[in-house]
Amino acid sequence: MGDPPPDPEPPSQPTSSRRSSQVSERRRTRPSVAPLVHEELQQIPLDPQILRGSREALSNQSNLHGWPQSTSLTPNENLVFQAEDSYVNPGFPAAVQRQAYLSEGRLQASQNASLMLQQLQQGEGNLFQELESAYQEPPADLGQFTMYQREDLPFSQGTEHGPYMTDDPTLQFSPSELGFMSFNMELPEPEPRELAVQNAKAYLLQTSINSDLSLYEHLVNLLTKILNQRPEDPLFLLESLNRTTQWEWFHPKLDTLRDDPEMQPTYEMAERQRALFSRSGGGEGEQEMEEEVAETAVPNIMEKAFYFEQAGVGLSSDESFRIFMALKQLVEQQPIHTCRFWGKILGLSRSYLVAEVEFREGEEEAEEEELEEMTEGGEAMEAHDEEEGDEDEDKVMDVIPKPTWKPPPVIPKEESRIGTNRYLYFVCNEPGRPWMRLPHVTPIQIVQARKIRKFFTGYLDAPVISYPPFPGNEANYLRAQIARISAATHISPLGFYQFGEEEGDEEEEGGAGRDSYEENPDFEGIPVLELVDSMANWVHHTQHILPQGRCTWVNPLQKTEEEEELGEEEEKADEGIEEVEQEVGPPLLTPLSEDAEIMHMAPWTARLSCTVSPQYSVAVVRSNLWPGAYAYASGKKFENIYIGWGHKYSPENFNPSLPAPIQHEYPSGPDTIEMSDPTVEEEQALKAAQEQALAAAEEEEEDEEEDEDEDQDD
Amino acid sequence: MEGRSFGSPWTRLLLATWRALSRAACAMDAESLLLSLELASGSGQGLSPDRRASLLTSLMLVKRDYRFDRVLFWGRILGLVADYYIAQGVSEDQLAPRKTLYSLNCMEWSLLPPATEEMEMQTSVVKGRFMGDPSHEYEHTELQKVNEGEKVFEEEVVVQIKEEKRLVSVIDQIDKAVAVIPRGALFKTPFGPINVNRTFEGLSLSEAKKLSSYFHFREPVELKNKTLLEKAELDPSLDFMDSLEHDIPKGSWSVQMERGNALVVLRSLLWPGLTFYHAPRTKNYGYIYVGTGEKNLDLPFML
Repeated sequence: MGDPPPDPEPPSQPTSSRRSSQVSERRRTRPSVAPLVHEELQQIPLDPQILRGSREALSNQSNLHGWPQSTSLTPNENLVFQAEDSYVNPGFPAAVQRQAYLSEGRLQASQNASLMLQQLQQGEGNLFQELESAYQEPPADLGQFTMYQREDLPFSQGTEHGPYMTDDPTLQFSPSELGFMSFNMELPEPEPRELAVQNAKAYLLQTSINSDLSLYEHLVNLLTKILNQRPEDPLFLLESLNRTTQWEWFHPKLDTLRDDPEMQPTYEMAERQRALFSRSGGGEGEQEMEEEVAETAVPNIMEKAFYFEQAGVGLSSDESFRIFMALKQLVEQQPIHTCRFWGKILGLSRSYLVAEVEFREGEEEAEEEELEEMTEGGEAMEAHDEEEGDEDEDKVMDVIPKPTWKPPPVIPKEESRIGTNRYLYFVCNEPGRPWMRLPHVTPIQIVQARKIRKFFTGYLDAPVISYPPFPGNEANYLRAQIARISAATHISPLGFYQFGEEEGDEEEEGGAGRDSYEENPDFEGIPVLELVDSMANWVHHTQHILPQGRCTWVNPLQKTEEEEELGEEEEKADEGIEEVEQEVGPPLLTPLSEDAEIMHMAPWTARLSCTVSPQYSVAVVRSNLWPGAYAYASGKKFENIYIGWGHKYSPENFNPSLPAPIQHEYPSGPDTIEMSDPTVEEEQALKAAQEQALAAAEEEEEDEEEDEDEDQDD
Repeated sequence: MEGRSFGSPWTRLLLATWRALSRAACAMDAESLLLSLELASGSGQGLSPDRRASLLTSLMLVKRDYRFDRVLFWGRILGLVADYYIAQGVSEDQLAPRKTLYSLNCMEWSLLPPATEEMEMQTSVVKGRFMGDPSHEYEHTELQKVNEGEKVFEEEVVVQIKEEKRLVSVIDQIDKAVAVIPRGALFKTPFGPINVNRTFEGLSLSEAKKLSSYFHFREPVELKNKTLLEKAELDPSLDFMDSLEHDIPKGSWSVQMERGNALVVLRSLLWPGLTFYHAPRTKNYGYIYVGTGEKNLDLPFML
């Protein structure tokens, strides 16, 4: 074993000089670094392979950390860093040293690795010292030529062995380079200590069963990483570093050119949402600004979201903003007069964002006519088919008895802008996705929706499988629930809305009451405390839905013209049997105090949003009947919102409707029951009886004739 | 710190790791409350700003007073008159029973007694909403057999159940039934204690959409019923709890991606109001319960 390496300076000095950025100390250590530099430079040419090998390993790690892909970039970076710094602190080693562990540390790592290898070989204990001394090397070199100098070294410097290098070339190369053994050197006998070290190293170089990684290489990577990064408390982080290094070895980061396939849908969604934020049309900026500043149909969602947030309700603010942009997009696409964010209905795979919209006058009718034409066309086809069927039936000899069952009369749905169909609803799954229009709701759908309880899946065309069967798909069910929720939970402070000036309609048929309201321009606002105290200060401003499924009652037995034409005969049978009672519901603008209780529980809960500061609070009302429905009022502003699953609260468990009772069979009588054919004996007996009867009849006749003859003779 | 100005990437990563370690929580860690509330806001219910502020302050004091390792905000139970805000304190062992505290105004916290089976049986007869008053007593008439001498007859006995007890048992039921934690967030050492996995980097996107990557945060019940073949594929240090996959009824969890695929949200349909969120590939996860505290027994009809 050679002489121990010169100990240029005590360990404390390098650490202090590394930590501090004082120039003076650096100058002191400078000259002492020189001889060490010489030695280290000599070490390096002996292991060019190791250098490259560890540098490759290093570059792998660099990749993982998002550093430049190839080490060929590092000298450029070195140049960059040092060029930047050069005019700040020209030639000051402190500056260079400060960046050392940014840029040159990478290079240092390779040197360190080689050093470590050699130290292990030599069995030196002063590993750290060597590393530190190696660390100080770059300041001594003139910055940008560092890299090239080192590369030139193998060729410029002679292959002088350091004092502690043995003649055994196998000890200087890693096992991968065994092919480079030059056999012209003598192999001295290894001493016991060396042998122990070699054994230890061989053990460490064992590759594990699961992978190609050996503990040795892993430790090299780990320590390299630590030395590059110099975290504050490496001992504490050792475990996590260990895991991370292992993980990184097997999960190299993907190419920067290729997109991560997993993130594809995320990026797509982001693109779509970005489209929301772009302003419509290109064009001159000023004109557009003026147009936009003028009144738009889009409400101030952010303000409402702020108030709801005070109540602890609502979506996060960036989501609210995206909803605002999506509504704006909707307003641009459709001819909309007023628009409101109704709420969010949660579903199993996707949720619905609902917008309540009123079209401009006349716009909507065009679309409706199209829909009606389509349905009418369908009906005409069906009628035509039925007529043909009838004709066929007439031709057939047997007349099939017509069933006596008549379907219950269909209650007509309400017209647009009236009652339950007062507003149009658009839904979308997420801001950025297209808005889809929900169809108008029919009374039968509302009636059936009251009987079933189903979760929404998130797809509008999903079927609703239930008993009693729901007439429609999820879009219809959604619309029906929206109608029910709106009718039950849309409230406003008393006095905000008032009835129009058209009096004198109180004696309308059936006392339907007024069904329109308008904003009260003189509304002063009710103090928040009063709003919270009494429920009489809030009123419903949507019409209550009658059990029939409509807001205004319609007598189902009133025949329309068509029906009178077709079924005159049948009508007469039905008339007078059923008299339907008119259904009456609470009129518009009834206060909440009139609402029915649920099992001794008040249907509404009112709170101040912040009890600690009541002067700036907002009055919040929460529905207990429809959990998720909230309303706030503050001053002259109020708003309703619904965020929930879309179901009514029922204190008892849900009882699904029982199936209909089993229908009676046809009445059994002689003409429907199969009689057994008479047997031969029976027939003969019958025949005999008939003959007897005949004979008896003939005898009677003969007697009568005799009697008549006798009479005549007389 | 010196390292920040020219930002060694490692230093930044280190700081983020340290912060994230404290964030690795089951309910919502008090330190990361604001972020957690924002991520869980998709269900519509959250906290108002004044509540948030008072929570942050008071939970800090609770942690000091009760000497908890971590304090988690569990959620909010809506009552008719007032709401209960619930927090839980955690000690070193993650799966040990936690101490539950409740408050009506997010400032003064009271400790709740631990849940027992007897409590659960008693309170299972109470139905309806919570009142919001912890001293409210529910009355329930029961037929009890009374022995008087030699006669045995049934008498109607009015049992009074305090709302506090009901609160305790409901919280316990919810925790046992639907508390969720992603796979890999905790790991089990051979010696028994369960530790937070500090190298948990979050689930990947494909894993996050599957129910099998989420576990019930409770002592495993069904794990031992698994066949040997299934167990062979499990990693005993990570898969030591029941997964959500085999919950009955099937489909009682709703898995959704929100925020343009950047957040996965699990909502329980059995206890509506429980929301679990996780941002894939990050360490953020947590759950919160905001609801009426009633089990949805109609679930089989609704699916």
